[in-house]
Amino acid sequence: MSSIPAMPHPVHKDREGAKLGMWLFLFTEILLFGGLFLLYSAYRAKYPLDFHTGGQHLNTFIGVANTVILLTSSLTVAIAITAIQKGNRKLTMLCLSATIGFAALFLVNKYVEWSEEIRRGIYPNGPALLKLPDGEKIFYGLYYSMTGLHGLHVLAGIVVLSVMLKFVHSNRITSSDFTKLENAGLYWHLVDVIWIFLLPLLYLAA
Amino acid sequence: MTSAAHVAAVPAAPSFLEAGGRRGILAWILSTDHKRIGILYLATMVTMFLMAMVLGVLMRIEQLTVDPPLFSASTYNAFFTVHGVIMIFMFVLPGASAVFGNFCLPIMIGARDVAFPRLNLMSWYFFVTGALLALTSLFTGNGPPDAGWTFYVPFSLRSGTNILLGAFAAFVLGFSSILTGINFITTVHRMRAPGMSWLRMPLFIWALYATAWVQVLATPIIGITFLLLIAERTFGIGVFDPAKGGDPILFQHLFWIYSHPAVYIMILPAMGAVTEIIPTFAHRSIFGYKAIAYSSMGIAILGSLVWGHHMFTSGMSDSANLMFSLFTFLVAVPSAIKVFNWTATLYKGSIELKAPMLFALTFVFLFCIGGLTGLIQGALNVNVHLHDTYWIVGHFHYVMFGGTGMGFFAALLYWFPKMFGKMYNETAAKIAWIPIFIGFNMLYGGMLVLGYMGMPRRYYTHLPQFHTGHVIASIGGFIMATGLILFFANLFVALFKGKKAEANPWGGVTLEWQVPSPPPLENFEEIPVITHGPYRFNPEGAK
Repeated sequence: MSSIPAMPHPVHKDREGAKLGMWLFLFTEILLFGGLFLLYSAYRAKYPLDFHTGGQHLNTFIGVANTVILLTSSLTVAIAITAIQKGNRKLTMLCLSATIGFAALFLVNKYVEWSEEIRRGIYPNGPALLKLPDGEKIFYGLYYSMTGLHGLHVLAGIVVLSVMLKFVHSNRITSSDFTKLENAGLYWHLVDVIWIFLLPLLYLAA
Repeated sequence: MTSAAHVAAVPAAPSFLEAGGRRGILAWILSTDHKRIGILYLATMVTMFLMAMVLGVLMRIEQLTVDPPLFSASTYNAFFTVHGVIMIFMFVLPGASAVFGNFCLPIMIGARDVAFPRLNLMSWYFFVTGALLALTSLFTGNGPPDAGWTFYVPFSLRSGTNILLGAFAAFVLGFSSILTGINFITTVHRMRAPGMSWLRMPLFIWALYATAWVQVLATPIIGITFLLLIAERTFGIGVFDPAKGGDPILFQHLFWIYSHPAVYIMILPAMGAVTEIIPTFAHRSIFGYKAIAYSSMGIAILGSLVWGHHMFTSGMSDSANLMFSLFTFLVAVPSAIKVFNWTATLYKGSIELKAPMLFALTFVFLFCIGGLTGLIQGALNVNVHLHDTYWIVGHFHYVMFGGTGMGFFAALLYWFPKMFGKMYNETAAKIAWIPIFIGFNMLYGGMLVLGYMGMPRRYYTHLPQFHTGHVIASIGGFIMATGLILFFANLFVALFKGKKAEANPWGGVTLEWQVPSPPPLENFEEIPVITHGPYRFNPEGAK
């Protein structure tokens, strides 16, 4: 048997492998939301009119504004990745900070939006919601589950991107070793893509 | 034999049990070495298995004592729920994959570790966290969860017991499963030794690969299902609550979309292990390599389309029932392909009935009974009669315990000398087999008969006409438990007093037998270059 020289044990950098792993993780995220999409389609088929009414009452302005915010944040994270490849650390850090800022802004909007619904008594077991027909209860149940789970993902994104920012700052992410940042970017794009599906399903359902 | 020559060429590098800087428990719980992590899983799982076994014995005692029963109805509900949750989520589901997959996968493909060693350790921490949460759920809140391992709504919404923590534990365990799956797929894609093409991989690796895909693609569905169950109980979002227009059948759909593929997560690695063991002890190359490899993938794909057969009596449409029944029959085809290939491998082999082989053949036998009973209940009209009876319980244990469990034991006996460098008492292992096999068939065979007679599952007591059957099953259960204790005691003693194992005690030809027992930290002094398929028992080519 012939052989190739031994590699030292812990030093194993495999950029392709890391990206493959990340894509697999993204599959699992899509399937996690897939369960909710499945419930949504089943219930929408069962209660088409109530979903229509429910959609009318959501704040479409905030929904669309948040879409613009998230799309812009996807742009900034993409610029950050290109910038680090070109060795422009300053621009990378600027763009990452902007992305984190947009993500925070998204959550602030979400807070305003939810607060308004809750003030009206539209929340699970809320007094106003319990008086509505079953289909609308389900619609708002799904609305809170879907945007809530998505919101948690935005929060996780903020944490991940902040860690990346620190890594760029401490030179652990450089123009020759930026897979971590790329993977964080992939995750952020996924959060973005899921929102792009949530917008028409919930806010534009009417 | 080439392997022997290769072993001699390897200098005595310290084994993974001796190497490494840290001492004591830290050397284990902080290690990213795939071999140590595999053994961590093994220790955790055997502990959980023995605990759940005790619950099983308690259930059998309950069925002996009719008037008055020893335990209350609600205690019995907790017994079968916790027995199910532990056995399913903490033993058979991760079992063969996490223990032997972790230990053997990198060695068998000629790698030094998995693709993401730190993630691998994190999976184990998730696993332990989930296990601890499940145990906590037993002793906190208003009593242990009592909704069965399936957590069906609406009962799981109304039950006052500790459902929340139980469901959250299962969610965390799912995380562990997903991370292991991601790790294994990436490892198989990226870390194979030079020359190890896909069709030169050992079949255990094919099985792990198929399993890993199911883990990655199916587990998130149970994740969201349990998250919604938790949200439903905490906030009352209504999606599963019939009082608010929610549909409990949708919970069942989501639950089984994961949980049926999950039974293939459970059985595929065990099938893979048996596929390694049979050629080794028949001293003959596996029959139908490609058929077995592709049937693993076939099972993974078809197995994802049959979940509805758990719900024939739940109120699905007739056309959905027909489709699910059809697919159920189809998924038997790749399973049968494997059985035929194992049997054909034995034909004209020189069979050595060592302890691992004994358990591997037991796997084939019991799996056949489990598989065929599965077809019977997969037929729509028969299912109406058998649904929710002891028949289902019997079938499930034939597949999951007779299949996965025996496969796990066979794999444990097969790789034990490699993992620990110690040899157990083989005669004792064979003697332990006798009560296990007899007790098993009395217990679960008895359940098949009881169920066919109409004994419903999950009842804490039974009508007089079922008493004889229950007595036979219970006695079988006690006999089997005795055998299992003997089985594990033998291995436990071997850990400390076993003779030193050779590098290749069974005459295996896959890569793990070409490194010392226990393997050195780096597995290979030099990464091997693979020039032929995995099962070449006589390199000269004479068949």
